[in-house]
Amino acid sequence: MIQVQNLSKRYGSFKAVDGISFHVKEGEIVGFLGPNGAGKTTTIRILTCFLPADSGSASVTGHDVFGESMQVRSNIGYLPESAPLYPEMRVREYLNFRGKLHHMGRAVREQAIARVVKSCWLGDFVDRLIGQLSKGMRQRVGLSDALIHDPKVLVLDEPTVGLDPTQIRETRNLIAGLGERHTILLSSHILHEVEQVCTRTIIINKGRIVASGSPAELRTQVGAESRLIAEIKGPEAEVRQAVSALNGVGEVEIRAVDGWNRLGIEPTNGADVRESVFKLAADRGWSLREMRREVASLEDFFVKITAEQKGAGL
Amino acid sequence: MRNIGTLTQRELAAFFFSPIAYVVLAVFLGVTGIFFVNDNFLPGEEASLRVTFGSYFPIILVFVIPMLTMRLLSEEFRSGTIETLMTAPVSEVDVVLGKFLGTLIFFVVMLATTLLHVGLVMTYGSPDLGLVLSSYLGLLLLGGLYISVGLFFSACTRNQVIAVLCSFVLLAIFSFLANYIARDLEGNSRVILQHLSIIAHYQDFTRGLVDVNHLVFFVSTTGLFLFLAVKALESRRWR
Repeated sequence: MIQVQNLSKRYGSFKAVDGISFHVKEGEIVGFLGPNGAGKTTTIRILTCFLPADSGSASVTGHDVFGESMQVRSNIGYLPESAPLYPEMRVREYLNFRGKLHHMGRAVREQAIARVVKSCWLGDFVDRLIGQLSKGMRQRVGLSDALIHDPKVLVLDEPTVGLDPTQIRETRNLIAGLGERHTILLSSHILHEVEQVCTRTIIINKGRIVASGSPAELRTQVGAESRLIAEIKGPEAEVRQAVSALNGVGEVEIRAVDGWNRLGIEPTNGADVRESVFKLAADRGWSLREMRREVASLEDFFVKITAEQKGAGL
Repeated sequence: MRNIGTLTQRELAAFFFSPIAYVVLAVFLGVTGIFFVNDNFLPGEEASLRVTFGSYFPIILVFVIPMLTMRLLSEEFRSGTIETLMTAPVSEVDVVLGKFLGTLIFFVVMLATTLLHVGLVMTYGSPDLGLVLSSYLGLLLLGGLYISVGLFFSACTRNQVIAVLCSFVLLAIFSFLANYIARDLEGNSRVILQHLSIIAHYQDFTRGLVDVNHLVFFVSTTGLFLFLAVKALESRRWR
């Protein structure tokens, strides 16, 4: 549905997007994740034909965003960051106006308005002035506008930014529901959000893609780097030596906690050393009172890879 | 092209929803009313519409029209709605023409309120209707040109104050100052400046003259500024 090849865009000497390639298949909900200023909005603006790219190519539903801009725009529903709307219009008026811009006839338009009003829970608000609506409501109006022409592809830029926790949850459910009918690309700088809604995540930083995959795949990448925490009672020097000698154990860190040795074990190459640590303790007659894997969260992973990038950039 | 009508409609509706339009309409009516009474209803004065149309209207419009046009695109840039607008299947030309026509229609409504003056004069005398018609044609052309200039500056900035000031200055220079400056010049520069003076082109209409020269001047300069507005709107693509 969305194909992006080697896309680049600079603002002056600043490279906002630096040779990005990715694709989104039909029916996927893809999260575009990155810290602020990573190039998410720029990429999205290129895909929605708002800005041209400097080099590379992009196509949506088989139409090139530069050559067949009008077809692309007809096939995309776009919710820009902060959902800009005309405050002096009423919700119904606005949706009607947007429907007309998509060349929908009166009857089709009325049906479409009824449909999006229902799916975005705007029922009680259709005749209110947009300027009087809360941030969350305006976000929903923006979303219903993006849906009015029943586009194949939905592009949502930071759909939950500035909302309160209840609204964030509602919007998330709404998007998950929309995933059944539309292919969705959404951007966010909040990992948690992407993790809950998306079938796949693309992590972008400094205009480049640094990781991508389903939440589970990303998790295995993270899981490989998990630490093992164990508490063993025994002479510290001996414990350290014995544990370090085990197969698959990298660095060992020991801290004394009320008479016990609290070990932090870094396995090498993602090896699972839990069994050997248990056997070791059993053989030596040391007591073992705790053993667990400290799984790094996706959040740690996200912070880590974006930080690595930052270091590499300097 | 189909979208022009939709955009014109929205723009017109936006005028009637915004307080600025009513303020402008009230000021316009008030000021033209005062001039009209002073010129036509005082004892001993010549009861003629020519002075009203010829001298006062252009001055009033130089102030009034930039206030109508400043919002047109600047506000879309400032609020970010330009992004939703330009990612819908509409072209820059659609947007500029839609906004131009919407404003022009509002301007016609504004002009229509001055028919009251014509009506009053008709009850007390017999004005030359041909002259009234050519004067209104002149005003329509003048208004169109002013709107296109205002629209162009509105397309250049997200700041409404800058838009209104730039249009005001440019319009004031070419409407009034050009004539004064031309008087002190000699030769070619004088001729060129006189040709650029908007008022010189407008005044014949208030004398009942519809000259093709002047028609071409108004239509082509209006077209030029609309074209520039389209280019300014497109400029975000290469800026």
